[in-house]
Amino acid sequence: MLREKARIMDAAGMGRALRRMAHEIVEREEPGEELALVGIRRRGVHLARRLQEEVRRLTQREVPLGILDITLYRDDLVDRSPQPEVHRTEVPFPVEGRRLVLVDDVLYTGRTVRAALDALVDLGRPRRVELAVLVDRGHRELPIRPDYVGKNVPTAAEEIVEVRLPEVDGGVEEVVLVERPAQ
Amino acid sequence: MAEFLWIRGGRIIDPSRGADETADLVIRDGRLTAEAPPTGCPVLDARGLWVLPGLIDLHCHLRDPGQEWKEDIASGTRAAARGGYTAVATMPNTEPAVDTPALVEYQLARAAAVGGSRVLSVGAITVGRQGRELAPMGQLRAAGAVAVSDDGAGVEQAVVMWRALRYAASFGLPVLEHCEDRSLSRGGAMHRGAVSTRLGLPGIPAEAEEVAVARDLVLAEATGAHLHVAHVSTARAVELIRRAKARGVRVTCEVTPHHLTLTDEAVARSRYDPDTKVNPPLRTEEDVAALRAALADGTIDAVATDHAPHGPEEKRCEYEAAAFGISGLETALGVLLTTLVQPGLLAPAALVERLTCGPARVLGHPGGTLAAGAAADVVLVDPRASWRVEPEAFASRGRNTPFKGWNLTGRVVATLVAGKAVWQLG
Amino acid sequence: MKGRDLLDLADLGADELETVLEAAASMEDVLARRIKKVPTLRGRSLVTLFFEPSTRTRISFELAGKYLSADVVGVNAAAASVQKGESLEDTARTLEAMGVDAVVLRHRAAGAAELLARCLEVPVINAGDGMHAHPTQGLLDLYTVRRRKGELRGLKVAIIGDLEHSRVARSDLIGLTRLGAQVWVAGPATLLPPGLEGLGARVAATVEEALREADVVMALRLQRERQQQGLIPGGEEYARCFGLNRQRLALAKPDALFLHPMPLNRGVEVTSEVADGAQAVLFDQVRAGVAVRMAVLYLLLGGGN
Repeated sequence: MLREKARIMDAAGMGRALRRMAHEIVEREEPGEELALVGIRRRGVHLARRLQEEVRRLTQREVPLGILDITLYRDDLVDRSPQPEVHRTEVPFPVEGRRLVLVDDVLYTGRTVRAALDALVDLGRPRRVELAVLVDRGHRELPIRPDYVGKNVPTAAEEIVEVRLPEVDGGVEEVVLVERPAQ
Repeated sequence: MAEFLWIRGGRIIDPSRGADETADLVIRDGRLTAEAPPTGCPVLDARGLWVLPGLIDLHCHLRDPGQEWKEDIASGTRAAARGGYTAVATMPNTEPAVDTPALVEYQLARAAAVGGSRVLSVGAITVGRQGRELAPMGQLRAAGAVAVSDDGAGVEQAVVMWRALRYAASFGLPVLEHCEDRSLSRGGAMHRGAVSTRLGLPGIPAEAEEVAVARDLVLAEATGAHLHVAHVSTARAVELIRRAKARGVRVTCEVTPHHLTLTDEAVARSRYDPDTKVNPPLRTEEDVAALRAALADGTIDAVATDHAPHGPEEKRCEYEAAAFGISGLETALGVLLTTLVQPGLLAPAALVERLTCGPARVLGHPGGTLAAGAAADVVLVDPRASWRVEPEAFASRGRNTPFKGWNLTGRVVATLVAGKAVWQLG
Repeated sequence: MKGRDLLDLADLGADELETVLEAAASMEDVLARRIKKVPTLRGRSLVTLFFEPSTRTRISFELAGKYLSADVVGVNAAAASVQKGESLEDTARTLEAMGVDAVVLRHRAAGAAELLARCLEVPVINAGDGMHAHPTQGLLDLYTVRRRKGELRGLKVAIIGDLEHSRVARSDLIGLTRLGAQVWVAGPATLLPPGLEGLGARVAATVEEALREADVVMALRLQRERQQQGLIPGGEEYARCFGLNRQRLALAKPDALFLHPMPLNRGVEVTSEVADGAQAVLFDQVRAGVAVRMAVLYLLLGGGN
């Protein structure tokens, strides 16, 4: 059994973090630039939706939202048996020339983001790609750095950061730190 | 000095005399005798065992001459002895086919030299088993052949069969016919039915056998010759024979252990294991039920193994490319005891009859009896001993059996030919 | 399904069929992109071993493998060492020793894929074995129908023609009935094998009965040799009595789909009018074939060890 060690964020904290990230995303907009959000399955998609909502509140604009399934691009599957299901990638707008913000829940080794970048590039050539994550827990294995962070959480390798969303997990909205049981 | 052996206290089942009793059996100089054993006579303790006339196989393939990598007379008669058979009739589909007296003499001489179970030579019906010119049956008979057959294939032309029956009858030879109409069976690999459809294997319809049986019954009835239908496998074929017998046609027939116990589902269950590939093919539940009923009611005269050993290269391949045949001498009795006698479907004496005096009668062979004066061909069976079929341990070179891994109850303990043990469970 | 063989659709449960079809939908998205290549099978190798000529299926498998970044080698076994008498078992062992991660086999003998799978540790994918099975063709037909009709449950599917010799029909029958479709079959009596009911089919007395109110109509290919074998009187007779023409197709629902495993014998089992008509989805089938094969390769080979 996993043991819950600490609650990092509650629902209110997550709401605040996302609002701030939305502000920062809008602030960095350059004239003539077309913004789109791309959520990484699964939790990134829901967070991207929240960001889309926040951006609408700030700017009264509907920013397009895409969904990226990176299953076919992973290089860390050896650690992830059994085999993950492939889902569809749904990016219903051309990525050519756009400013894309990739959205994921937790940034850890960077491998997921690397795979997502590969997947994005196969869809076309965006003008630039930025990265928004709710939690950055460190321990990067690749030269990847987020542009927008909800919260930086120093962690130990044996810990797991869980982002719980009602849309995915049911129950309450929170971010918790749990400990992996000793092997 | 006369040589005696005293087999004590076994259950003697000898249908030739209607005997089923606990009694002793005395052998003197290779023959059964009614004399009391002399003092100091060697004793074989048979308490708890069945003592049966040596089994007679009407139908096996010893592959010698010509295909010794599959079997030869030495390995084949060793396998026979282990299976409880004291005499086996070997089919003439050798290379060359046994269509000359010299080949009959070769087989008999070879058998005498290796000194295992007796070998009965079956000559060919036609020269080279080609289905055209008649083989010299008179000379084959004179050399010792007990019957004629073109087994492996049927006699295709009615006119050839018609002549063969009349000619063979004039020498008192039964014609053992492999009933198969090739125009219906050609290209087939298993029984044509729901299972062949599911597996996508080309089928051999039951009609291929039944059409040939019907034709040969007409010819036997018309000629008065003795027709013996080899390895009957379908309900309708059995019914045709039953009716012919009732009319007084001189027809006998045999069935194999595998056709009495397995169905075409075995091909599916084994996932295309070529060891289930045999001709005639494994049929359906209904056929098995009809064969069992016909065996019990005497329509079927004998159980024959159709022992057909093959090398691995003939069986370790695609199902359609694999050779037909099952190596059966060493499993026949165990399979029959386990599947028919133990569950009470067939009385022990009825089974023994179909394995001893039944086949002896078909061939006009003097064996198959424990009557005083007969050759002491005897088999001792432990009806309770369990064993597992392990083809690697076979004496036969053919390890091709769909019974591999089966647990059988009923095992041959010793096989005596003319009073001498040719096999003893060690 | 990881590490398993794909020999016969009968080995897959309804949920597994759904898994493949779901994955195939994602793969079809990849096919729609300008860059039709994903790295998921990078470093894995695939051999297509074809003992029977079949350009279409072979290309489909090879492209599927390449789109997933696998290294694909095609062996035209009809011309390879097999003709020197090498057994399937030896061929298999050789490939395995070379480090192949999966083998796609087409063979004229039913059960050949089963035999190969018994000799090999790595997954074997049956690309057609004799008259037995052609599971990826079955899957692509399921996919094509489902994509157009939404659901397979409750659909009436008519399969017309040479059921006896058709591995496609067998695989379709198993897959379609497993997912809830009702399959009717019809054809010349001499080309209907016994026990089709055992595969879930309803055997219609006439082609018309099978076609009536059908949602999906499939004509099977008629090999010329059936006439030489004496199984049917001839092509013209066949076309008149069993061929799919406009009149016959009109017995089916107006929006019925027309499928055919290809290649077509125009004017025999189907008229050009039907084959080129609005109801024909033959090229959907071809496209689905690549997507379904990508899905199968991913599911059997992808992911961790």
